[in-house]
Amino acid sequence: MSGFLFQAFVYLAASVIAVPIAKRLGLGSVLGYLIAGIVIGPVIGLVGNETQNLQHFAEFGVVMMLFIVGLELEPKVLWQMRRRLIGLGGLQVGLTSAVIAAGAFALGLSWQMAIASGLILSLSSTAIVLQTLNEKHMLKGEGGQASFSVLLFQDIAVIPMLALIPLLAVPGLSGMGQDAGAAHGAGQGSGHADVAANATDGAGHATMSLVDGLPGWGVTLVTLGAIAAVVLGGIYLSRPLFRFIADSRLREMFTAAALLLVIAIALLMTLVGLSPALGTFLAGVVLANSEYRHELEADIEPFKGLLLGLFFITVGAGIDFEILFADVGTIVGLTLAVMAAKAIVLLVLARLFRLPSPDHLLFALGLAQAGEFGFVLLSFTLQNSVLDTDTVRMLSLVVAISMLLTPGLFILYDKVLARRGAGDSRDDDAIDDAGPVIIAGHGRFGQVVNRLLMSNGHRTVVIDHSAELVDSLRRFGSKMFYGDASRPDLLHAAGIENAAILVVAIDDEEQAVEIVRMVKASHPHVHVIARASDRLAVYRLYRAGADDIVREMFDSSLRAGRYALEALGMHKFRARKAVRHFEDFDRQTLRELAQHWREDVDVFDNEEYISLARERNQMVIDAMAGANREMHDRTDRGWTPPPKPTEPAGRKAEPAGRKADAKTHTEKPVTKPAARKRRVATTPPGK
Amino acid sequence: MKRKILILFAHPAQERSEVNVELAKAAAALDFVTLVDLYGDYPDYHIDVEREQKRLLKHDVIVFLHPFYWYSTPALLKEWQDLVLEYGFAYGAKGTRLAGKIFFSALTAGGPEKAYKRRGYNHFTLRELLAPLEQTANLCGMVYLPPFALYASRRAYEEGRIGDHVAAFTGLLTALHEDRMPLAAAARHDLLNQATIRAAKSGETPARKEVPA
Repeated sequence: MSGFLFQAFVYLAASVIAVPIAKRLGLGSVLGYLIAGIVIGPVIGLVGNETQNLQHFAEFGVVMMLFIVGLELEPKVLWQMRRRLIGLGGLQVGLTSAVIAAGAFALGLSWQMAIASGLILSLSSTAIVLQTLNEKHMLKGEGGQASFSVLLFQDIAVIPMLALIPLLAVPGLSGMGQDAGAAHGAGQGSGHADVAANATDGAGHATMSLVDGLPGWGVTLVTLGAIAAVVLGGIYLSRPLFRFIADSRLREMFTAAALLLVIAIALLMTLVGLSPALGTFLAGVVLANSEYRHELEADIEPFKGLLLGLFFITVGAGIDFEILFADVGTIVGLTLAVMAAKAIVLLVLARLFRLPSPDHLLFALGLAQAGEFGFVLLSFTLQNSVLDTDTVRMLSLVVAISMLLTPGLFILYDKVLARRGAGDSRDDDAIDDAGPVIIAGHGRFGQVVNRLLMSNGHRTVVIDHSAELVDSLRRFGSKMFYGDASRPDLLHAAGIENAAILVVAIDDEEQAVEIVRMVKASHPHVHVIARASDRLAVYRLYRAGADDIVREMFDSSLRAGRYALEALGMHKFRARKAVRHFEDFDRQTLRELAQHWREDVDVFDNEEYISLARERNQMVIDAMAGANREMHDRTDRGWTPPPKPTEPAGRKAEPAGRKADAKTHTEKPVTKPAARKRRVATTPPGK
Repeated sequence: MKRKILILFAHPAQERSEVNVELAKAAAALDFVTLVDLYGDYPDYHIDVEREQKRLLKHDVIVFLHPFYWYSTPALLKEWQDLVLEYGFAYGAKGTRLAGKIFFSALTAGGPEKAYKRRGYNHFTLRELLAPLEQTANLCGMVYLPPFALYASRRAYEEGRIGDHVAAFTGLLTALHEDRMPLAAAARHDLLNQATIRAAKSGETPARKEVPA
């Protein structure tokens, strides 16, 4: 137990210290993790061989990441990407493999070993690239999308590679390979390799499999069946299942269900010999249109982040400095040669596929490293006697160092782009237009706001925590999501970073205030419109930083009051004016009172507040009595004719009477604020 | 004395405006100009009389900037006159607060110049049609200048006339600010545009601002 706690302490402490510093220095989180790994591993030796076992566990972070990427990719977007996915991805893997294999052959490797090396090094690191692009908000751009296509193709390509590599086996190496497999490769051998072993020659490791011993057509059938299960399950089963869980109102159950979903799919894919990352990606795409998408994303995100971080640490910790320093020149030279070759192939492809020219470098530099699948394939080649131990060790270092260099290349890219001026990225902003509006809470209030915005052609993202409501409203075609809007991670998943406006229309006042405070603190650019139940809520929301605060009953009460005035015989236009004046006065009073309201002092003990409230009451009362000229002017000004020339008394009587008449009407609305104000000052707050 | 200028801009459909919005933008960029978007400040016609009067007192030149609707201003600008130009403030025995200030209207008219003639289909000149504004200014003791106008404004964009008009407007405002305009002479013209051309020709070039046409 203490051993486990110590390890957990070392890994967490290393990342907590290194990552924020790296981020602060503009190096990005990936480099922070890698450095943390190097420090606790080879440098001070706090962790040792167990990192390799940990790495297989941490690779599950990649699986989760692809699930989340899938969630953000609607099926139709994926379909639009098909040309790039197959064309760009296929050419990248094919050409890079060929170039590197040719180089390796020239360096004196046998053609089998050269091809194996080419295949292994053609892959890039999904973990590093996607994490970095996400962090820099570049995944949505052309360059980011192209990079993603290539990475996705590579993930698919691993499977045929696993089938191909055993065919390259060199008989003479076999004995050596077995030894090395036990000594070194045992650590590196991963879930993927196991799967592959099962899928291809079943006789290897004795793990579970659904396709063991089946004939070829049987394997195909089971495989297709598994994929169909994921797709159909996603479409038909997920909704009732999540609804059932959501109704339990236990947040951790939803988290558990989300994890269960990802793990179940990964397991199923492993059993039929497919890549778990691919399976969860597919499930993500299927669920991209689901109302539970943001909630799922928010639940998986922290696990993904931690696991990926752990993965990067293990990469850093796994760098064997002894071997590296034994032959520094060769290894660094090889690494640079591999990266240069990959970057050149990528540049050619970027031109061929007409990517926008500022993105060429991003694409080429971003994908120039070798990736985590490289480790997997390397140990697999060792087991299958394709490569010898020395070559595998050397190539492992090449992979690790190229990964270590990647964050540096991203920084280089940033600098190059910065020099070219911000003009290009400005355009992207404009295309994106004003970010969407997020509406938290879709009750009677949020609904009207949503309908009004949608009818004016604005995109809205609506979040509500009632699964029932979400279900029924989605039938009407609203874009709604299930979730608890007071969770920062959920707002993040809903896109608060790029949102222009957040409308907080939830019932729970505490939560509403908390959301406003949080959003204004971390995303001050978002314009926050909040609904308040009463005056005290207004003060709290005002203090929390809400830009616009709407008292939920105020406007409708004023309308009811206006109808009453009209029914009492006041002219409609005059009634409207009276209401407007009343409203202005009340709003101004509220604004002034808000200045004096203090969160820590009860309103009844707040002397300043009470005296101001009194003063404003008196103004209304005075106005009623006609004593306060200013107030009277304010309510009865407008279209005031010049004084009449002196006239015979007889003609004057009638209009004067009418005027008095009208006056009794105006007095009616102004009695109202007096009553209201008194209530605030002398009765306990509404709640 | 450097004059401060208040422009009361009234356009109820700015998303369709081709000329007025450009004039407003260019004017707002001048640091001696206060531009008030009346329809923006009072979308429901609830004019704050107090605030408007205070604004008037802070400026020396008052300009109405608006399209010509039924030979007059848009409704909100008329409402503004009805409410803000109060007895005892703008007129009446003690109503002298606006006296001495310069007033004119900058407007865009749909009809061509030849329509605003005795023989044209509008039968009156622009200046004649604006007689109510002229008399309002007189009653308030203000210095009335003829309108600064753009004729055939519906085709101005297609015919590329907006850039010059905007430049003339900012030139006029600058001349008024710097007191380079002979007011008595300007007041005799039918349109302020003519006085502006005269002022530009007489040596000093009015400051021009780069504005997109």
